[in-house]
Amino acid sequence: MKAVNALTGLDATRQPHAAFDVERIREDFPILKERVYGKPLVYLDNAATSQKPTAVIDAVTRYYLAENSNVHRGIHFLSERATQAFEDTRAKVARFLNASDPREIIFVRGATEGINLIAQSFGRTRLKPGDEIIISAMEHHSNIVPWQVLCEEAGAALRVIPIDDDGELLVDEYGKLLNAKTRLVSLVHVSNALGTINPVKRVVEMAHSQGVPVVIDGAQAAPHMPIDVQELDCDFYVFSSHKLFGPTGVGVVYGKAHLLEAMPPYQSGGDMILSVTFEKTLYNVIPFKFEAGTPHIEGVIGLGAAIDYVAGIGLDRIGAHEAELLAHATQAVAAIPGIRIIGTAKEKASILSFVLDGVHAHDIGTVLDQEGIAIRTGHHCAQPVLQRFGVPATARASLAFYNTKEEIDALVRALHKVTKLFG
Amino acid sequence: MPDLRELYQEVILDHNRRPRNFQKLEGANREAEGYNPLCGDQLTVYLHLEDGVIREISFQGSGCAISKASASMMTATVKGKTVAEAEGVFETFHKMVTADLSTTFDPLEMGKLAAFAGVREFPVRVKCATLPWHTLHAALEGKPEPVSTE
Repeated sequence: MKAVNALTGLDATRQPHAAFDVERIREDFPILKERVYGKPLVYLDNAATSQKPTAVIDAVTRYYLAENSNVHRGIHFLSERATQAFEDTRAKVARFLNASDPREIIFVRGATEGINLIAQSFGRTRLKPGDEIIISAMEHHSNIVPWQVLCEEAGAALRVIPIDDDGELLVDEYGKLLNAKTRLVSLVHVSNALGTINPVKRVVEMAHSQGVPVVIDGAQAAPHMPIDVQELDCDFYVFSSHKLFGPTGVGVVYGKAHLLEAMPPYQSGGDMILSVTFEKTLYNVIPFKFEAGTPHIEGVIGLGAAIDYVAGIGLDRIGAHEAELLAHATQAVAAIPGIRIIGTAKEKASILSFVLDGVHAHDIGTVLDQEGIAIRTGHHCAQPVLQRFGVPATARASLAFYNTKEEIDALVRALHKVTKLFG
Repeated sequence: MPDLRELYQEVILDHNRRPRNFQKLEGANREAEGYNPLCGDQLTVYLHLEDGVIREISFQGSGCAISKASASMMTATVKGKTVAEAEGVFETFHKMVTADLSTTFDPLEMGKLAAFAGVREFPVRVKCATLPWHTLHAALEGKPEPVSTE
């Protein structure tokens, strides 16, 4: 029997219909009480970064108050305590992703560095002239540029899976792109610009049927849905702590152990070695081989607290609340004259991107800001996908589980102000 | 709290709706491109420069109301001016939109461009207002590489 992952909230003992008390949850996020220009903060920029619960802030504070010391080195009490807290988080992340072994979890600075690690350490050794790497038309720049750089160096080619007008991946086209020259597929799980949830399990199956490994960029998925890397069978999965209610400056690379073991180090220095002489250095075992230098200790510990917090609510319940909010927001925003929603896939999470006739997204952002509403405007570091939709910029509201229906209504009221001002 | 009407003055909204000189300039002998990578704004400024005088000027591109209106009003302002005069207006304009709130300026000297004084209260929008001018500056200098606000 497959172990049910309590951390992802898929615990059978949890009552699936227990009430989701958003007001109680909001109490856990001190920043949500802030006022902006005298108005209540309405934070709808969660895809850029999420807010932090008291549990995370306290964990970071506690580290500096009572645990601060370097990890993996000291013989003394504090170092052991810090190391324990640090390594406990690795185990928590492994459970969070349902990885089979904590050694498969590597801490990096963020999802971007995670992809760079995979590109440089895994990709570089496998590419030769004429080879191909497949990405999709809805990638964030962080899942385009590292592969572009690599392809350029190796004389390889980047192939792009097209999407349809709803922002859904054209899986048949993907099937046609896969061929004997394909060395890697790297795909976003949830698009940051469109909100599309990609059929990653199917994408992995199709790649594996041709022996091609798959990287999944989970930066926008991890905060919104349970992730099971064993079920997906992806070879690598990356996400960022700060989008998952943890501190900035920490990210995670999951990689299958046998792949990580065969890969050369990404960076070199302290902590990633077993022994050093001027003649030869023996590298450490995984995951430490990939963690050169003193890591972002308090960030990792804070991520551990964030995972505990999210698990306490349950990602299934988080997903259900957000789906309801997104449906409400989509309906209400689409009803405003002149608005076009960009990204209308059947399977979506968290993201509502839109354009308004005759009004640039930047101006929408400024008017909303005056109402205390934080959204993102611009190209969302995903210029190619906006080009696909023929728009230079969109306004993007992105939801988290602490957002409310009332906040969506405030957004809609503010958008009416925009249309009035520029009408 | 900064007032939106200070930023979005009627004249700015008007130039945003109906930008002047908003086309490619046939027979241009100078052009430059400007980008604001932060928001994706992009514009091209075209010039017909003759004997140190801006005979014709136009622009194209996409951007917010502030950058579009700024570009539009810039073209209307500098047309017929000498290079030195245009650079002088840019300098005064730049001072106006980046000055702290206590600084006063002569509205007569700025003419219609005084409408952009409200931008001072919205620091993230200063680059929107100045991008067209930086691009004009690059076109006047004949710089080959695109201008960026970053």
